[in-house]
Amino acid sequence: MGLETSDDAAVYKITDEIAMIQTVDFFTPVVDDPYTFGQIAAANSLSDVYAMGGEPKIALNIAAFPNCLDTEILGEILRGGADKVKEAGAVLVGGHTIQDNEPKYGLSVSGFVHPDKIFKNYGCKPGEVLILTKPVGSGIVNTAVKAGMASDEAVDEVIRVMASLNKTAKEVIQNYPVSACTDVTGFGLLGHCTEMASASAVTLDICPKDIAWITDADSYAKMGLVPAGAYRNREHCEAMVEVGNAEEFELDLLYDPQTSGGLLFSVAKEYMDSILQDFEECHLETAVSVIGKVTEAGEKWIRLV
Amino acid sequence: MITVNAIGDACPIPVIKTKKAIQTLAGADTIEVLVDNEIAVKNVSKMAEAEGGEVSFKELSEGGYKVTIKISAADTHRTNTKDTVGEADEAAAVVQELCMEGSSTCKKTVVVIASDRMGQGNDELGKVLLKGFIFAVTQLDELPRVMLFYNGGAALTCEGSDSLADLKILEEQGVEIMTCGTCLDYYGLKEKLQIGSITNMYSIVETMSGADKVIRP
Repeated sequence: MGLETSDDAAVYKITDEIAMIQTVDFFTPVVDDPYTFGQIAAANSLSDVYAMGGEPKIALNIAAFPNCLDTEILGEILRGGADKVKEAGAVLVGGHTIQDNEPKYGLSVSGFVHPDKIFKNYGCKPGEVLILTKPVGSGIVNTAVKAGMASDEAVDEVIRVMASLNKTAKEVIQNYPVSACTDVTGFGLLGHCTEMASASAVTLDICPKDIAWITDADSYAKMGLVPAGAYRNREHCEAMVEVGNAEEFELDLLYDPQTSGGLLFSVAKEYMDSILQDFEECHLETAVSVIGKVTEAGEKWIRLV
Repeated sequence: MITVNAIGDACPIPVIKTKKAIQTLAGADTIEVLVDNEIAVKNVSKMAEAEGGEVSFKELSEGGYKVTIKISAADTHRTNTKDTVGEADEAAAVVQELCMEGSSTCKKTVVVIASDRMGQGNDELGKVLLKGFIFAVTQLDELPRVMLFYNGGAALTCEGSDSLADLKILEEQGVEIMTCGTCLDYYGLKEKLQIGSITNMYSIVETMSGADKVIRP
């Protein structure tokens, strides 16, 4: 893979049948409970492999932990991570921990994929539809949690969304001729959309009204519980987006940095119903939305409609 | 007018402080929020607009920003009585609910610090006692909702006070810290306020009369 289209991981072709995907990701705690944090960080790291269409096989822990905290907490973080790796069907073979003031955790993951079946993050064609496999708003809801203003329902949902693997979603869509796929993370939904649009030389028509938000995320956006990252993402992308009639809170959500977000993919419209049905049959545990469609390149990469 | 000092506070603290200040309003009033970054300006403005406020802001020559929020009487009524169903009201209800269930600042207890020393007798001892008293408040299972500082007590929230670290802990746990503006003026301390917001006699009376219990050391 070239670097120029900002793919999610490195790919090395071993034979005509097998390519290896290599990725690493780690971050500071997004939730208070160490076991849950471990699960979320692992789901996030594993997601890069799924976003490339691969299957994770080997994982290594990367952790940083302060001296002053009880090592039992570290144990809980690692247990959360190990459970997610197991759920992914991969093997956790070890890792490395260093001493640091702030806890950090994540995984280095190796996965495999058939070289012809790699999901690229470009290649969307006009007429296709864009589908997103998780609801949006984890950055904003996590900010509301920090403010002590999040409802129980919002907290439950954001944790469930962040900790859920993109495994099932990937297994469903690999049966279809998906033309481009990425996972939605720190750049926010529109950040990833602009990348996909510019690399594919098309314009994406995104309909904010059709996007599933995490419970109460819209109220928190209206209350100004918007993380700094959302403003940075907006600054970076603004010039490439035709805002139309989108409301301010919708923009905040569209630029909201996601932790362990869903897969965003483009596929010919004729497969849409069948894919949505498959998601339902596989009991995908997160809300799926058809967020828009691909059109011929216009004045800007993104048009909010 | 109420001034909310959110300089040095990371997101989302400025929003929380401002929201609390709006909730203390009994009638039309203006709130000035001091913040040190543009993101806080935007987030505070969003929240204030959702509450029905009229918002403007300017960059200060000494750095930072001042956000001015004008709240009409109708809006304070709306926010405080929750008789209309709007998203902002729902959010306020959530905050209220959290306060009822989980947080330790539940009963409407108000602590009044009216002097820089505790009790009468030796002044030096009185100061040590008051410092000990404020520390002991941080250890309570059920924290007060508000701490009011007036007259000699105003010195406790200003530069040079020995209790700032304890007050900071209390503020982080949701205790509202308010210092009398007239007193700060009188003692020339207005520029030296380190924690909490500035209040007036009207809200001091309001706070005390709305309290379940007033503690005065």
